[in-house]
Amino acid sequence: MEDTRRRILNYIERNCKVDEKELAVLLGIDEAVVKSEIGAMEQENIICGYHTMIDWDKAGVEKVNALIEVRVTPQRGRGFEKIAERIYNYPEVSSVSLISGAYDFLVTIEGKSLMEVSRFVSEKLSPIDEVVGTATHFILKKYKDHGTILAQKDKEERMLVIP
Amino acid sequence: MRNPLSRQITEIQPSGIRKFFDIVNEMKDAISLGVGEPDFDTPWRIREEGIYSLERGRTFYTSNAGLQELKDEICRYLQRKLGVTYDSRHETVVTVGGSEAIDIGFRAMLDPGDEVLIPQPSYVSYLPCAALAGGVPVVISLKNENEFKLTREELEAAITPKTKILVLPFPNNPTGAIMTREELEPVAEAVIEHDLYVMSDEIYSELTYKGEHTSIASLPGMRERTLVINGFSKGFAMTGWRLGYVCGPQIIIEQMLKIHQYAIMCAPTNSQYAAVEALRNCEDEVEKMREAYNQRRRYLVSEFARMGLECFEPYGAFYIFPGIREFGMPSEEFAEKLLEEEKVAVVPGTAFGECGEGFLRISYAYSLEDLKTALRRFERFIEKLRKEKQ
Repeated sequence: MEDTRRRILNYIERNCKVDEKELAVLLGIDEAVVKSEIGAMEQENIICGYHTMIDWDKAGVEKVNALIEVRVTPQRGRGFEKIAERIYNYPEVSSVSLISGAYDFLVTIEGKSLMEVSRFVSEKLSPIDEVVGTATHFILKKYKDHGTILAQKDKEERMLVIP
Repeated sequence: MRNPLSRQITEIQPSGIRKFFDIVNEMKDAISLGVGEPDFDTPWRIREEGIYSLERGRTFYTSNAGLQELKDEICRYLQRKLGVTYDSRHETVVTVGGSEAIDIGFRAMLDPGDEVLIPQPSYVSYLPCAALAGGVPVVISLKNENEFKLTREELEAAITPKTKILVLPFPNNPTGAIMTREELEPVAEAVIEHDLYVMSDEIYSELTYKGEHTSIASLPGMRERTLVINGFSKGFAMTGWRLGYVCGPQIIIEQMLKIHQYAIMCAPTNSQYAAVEALRNCEDEVEKMREAYNQRRRYLVSEFARMGLECFEPYGAFYIFPGIREFGMPSEEFAEKLLEEEKVAVVPGTAFGECGEGFLRISYAYSLEDLKTALRRFERFIEKLRKEKQ
């Protein structure tokens, strides 16, 4: 990928709120180029969306997240893609990945309560024909997400002026 | 009672700027743009090696010149970065920061009365260290119109029969100036012609934003005349580990090692183990920091241009050096007022030599958010000054 695009992506991956004019200054790229490249990458689905990282715990909103290992037997003429589609179409499912190793899919789910997530697994996920087994892991605490450490930052410890 | 002090030490003036620094450091709620050290924590993999070395009980002295493993890595690194080859056994000493290397370098090379050329604005310790070593510091005042680079003409104008060492502090603290190969060449020619030695302080060598850093030691005939001083503080964000090094001709290094051996013993052992990791596996981490500094640098250059302040574009270190002569007040007074009225701390250019008068050192070792807040206040301050002048 050309350097300009890579540099824009590297920056906005961490901060999509930056305005295009400022981004142009920070990266030393012409503002018109920044605008057109971002537009083009949105069109090409290289940029797939802009999300906000939220610490829901701190916001006082209860949410339950789980990782679910799913083992499946793909059937003739219906590869992994079809099964993945049956799973990812549920809005409760936040991500689905095909995994190498002991199981096939890693599914992440967000729900309001343990009950809700468990019910989803037993009523929706497990009954899918090709699914032969699941193992559900509830997330108790998140320390780092998307490269960002969630713990409170330390205060500045440097002296105010140093030659 | 007898005077307990030596004449030499009492003759050295405490930095005039000390008073200002003390005021700032007392002030709890000031926003600072005055820090000369990275805002990043030391990369975790380096810290982890330091911790691991403690866990393994590596708490003894190393050999005086430093761990052989580290010296090997240093020489490989300099070969890679500068294209200069040093013998890790006889031409390398691991020091307590670059500062120690400056000190013992002068002490090993100067006889009473030998002159040391010190281009200013520059870091505060060359002058007193040269004087303490018995040398006579001679200041070369660099010029804004040359973007504070040293020219051959300026150098030759300062040379006398007593001149022995030229200090070459690039990339420069406080101006952010760098010197390219083309700009170093005429300086090197003059150095050879006048049979001088160079103390090249390259502590900011990892932080250049326009091409790769060039060391004067890599120019023809210069290796045997140059002490290359570097360290881990700036590029690897390791200020508190106190670790630097010096490479140069064996004849000088041998004598420096003698001073180091008697005065210091050896650099901190666990810092040395951590530094091995820094040189082996941290290119990516350093690149990330460099990119972040570069973004902030571009931001400041663009903001100062918008505010209409005179300022050349700096391509090294993490400083920018805008001029404030239009306001008709000394740098120190400007800095004091800015602190008083807007609670923003910057360092007056005069902290780095008299020719820094009319300039401020602004550090961008801060997050972009902090820089923005500080610049909003700074702009409010200069707008007020401009109105008052009308």
